[in-house]
Amino acid sequence: MKRKLQSITSKLWSVSAIALILAVWQAVSSLGLVDSFMLPPPLQVARAFVSEFPLLMGHTVITLEEAFIGLALGIALGFAMSVLMDRFEILYRAFYPVVILTQTIPTVAIAPLLVLWFGYEMMPKVVLIVITTFFPITVGLLNGYRSADPDAIDLLRAMGAGKGQIFRYIKLPGAMGQFFSGVRISASYAVVGAVISEWLGGFGGLGVYMTRVKNAFSFDKMFAVILLISVISLLLMRAVELLQRLCMPWESSRRREE
Amino acid sequence: MPVLRTEGITRSFDGKTIIKDISLELGRGELVSLLGVSGGGKTTLFNVIAGLLKPDAGTVLLNGEDITGRPGMVSYMLQKDLLLPYRTIVDNVALPLLIRGVPKREARSQAAACFAQFGLEGTEKKYPAQLSGGMKQRAALLRTYLFSGEVALLDEPFSALDMLTKGAIHEWYLGVMEQIQLSTLFVTHDIDEAILLSDRIYLLTGRPGRITREIVIGEPKPRRKDFNLSEQFLAYKKQIIQCISQ
Repeated sequence: MKRKLQSITSKLWSVSAIALILAVWQAVSSLGLVDSFMLPPPLQVARAFVSEFPLLMGHTVITLEEAFIGLALGIALGFAMSVLMDRFEILYRAFYPVVILTQTIPTVAIAPLLVLWFGYEMMPKVVLIVITTFFPITVGLLNGYRSADPDAIDLLRAMGAGKGQIFRYIKLPGAMGQFFSGVRISASYAVVGAVISEWLGGFGGLGVYMTRVKNAFSFDKMFAVILLISVISLLLMRAVELLQRLCMPWESSRRREE
Repeated sequence: MPVLRTEGITRSFDGKTIIKDISLELGRGELVSLLGVSGGGKTTLFNVIAGLLKPDAGTVLLNGEDITGRPGMVSYMLQKDLLLPYRTIVDNVALPLLIRGVPKREARSQAAACFAQFGLEGTEKKYPAQLSGGMKQRAALLRTYLFSGEVALLDEPFSALDMLTKGAIHEWYLGVMEQIQLSTLFVTHDIDEAILLSDRIYLLTGRPGRITREIVIGEPKPRRKDFNLSEQFLAYKKQIIQCISQ
């Protein structure tokens, strides 16, 4: 009960802050301090959002499709790499620096190249998303495997367990928390990655829509689509959290006990 | 014939001998303690017997068969309960069966069948975090038992429990051991605990650790309630303290 009250009060502050920002934004435009063409007020953005809604949804489907395929492949690749790097120390030493290196490549620099290599269809988007999403998964899982209690591993060895069984019963389940933190980050990367690569070349999706409204100087629609992307990212992260709770029931039982 | 026997076990790390020439025996249904100071090589000896470490010299025999360096033959319980937080109690306890290749459903039902005997009924579907320290230790003991019903190595299993819980679990353990005919080799640095539970006590002293004395506790089992307050108990304690401080 007390905790519920706390969570309401803590939300109260953030909700008030957002309301305040929106109010100031609206006031700045309404009072004519800033040209409403350059910075459309929130109400105008909301109207644009409603009127463009069917069109936005059409583009959202395309973006989400790319994001999901890319994320799924990224998770699969990230998982496979983590398993191999855990199993073979040589691979870990050889590829860990390479994995880090892939993260230092600026997305906006590589996206146009991917368009040149793979064309304007789905392929370059998915490739970009895979590159950006596998990293948090691999690193999260590897850290998780390495945090396994050596005594627990000894106990299983004493029971006669092989490497595969130790991985299955100790390392993998112990890494689930870090895995889901990785997925949560990757999910938001996936949406942003899809939008960026659509921006740089494509036939549909929220990124393509963005370039069109930008070229038409319809800044209210621009803000509407930014808002939509934020909402999608938040919903995805929330969905990952729910999935995590479903997959890790022991965590919630622990919290209840405390 | 003893269930478990070691002959001349020696093991060193980085050129430093930790245990030297350890020979001991464990009879069927017996509880034998290894008593010695912390860091005296008790855990090294257990790791050798459990097959986790290969000795530099010596052999480990289970029912006369050489099992030196072979894990999975005798069950091992460490100081921490090491229940996996993400598995329910029944799935934790069934783990040794799963590792042996027993199908999941069968392993679960085999494990569940022992819950009442170990005083764990009703905890099957709970997670370790929902159990008290004493109950967790019982679950860990049941897992140890399902691992091998023959010989159990217990490495200071009750040292993390408070005095009162410890007393209760001692009594309970002796009862269960008798029912299931388990032979136990027990490591402890608690003299009272050793006298209270053991049929025999080996004193492991010195550096490198050697067995310097074997003490038979003549008191019949089950032990009377006030055994730990009796003259005999104090006499054993005095004898042990003298041997250790020599």
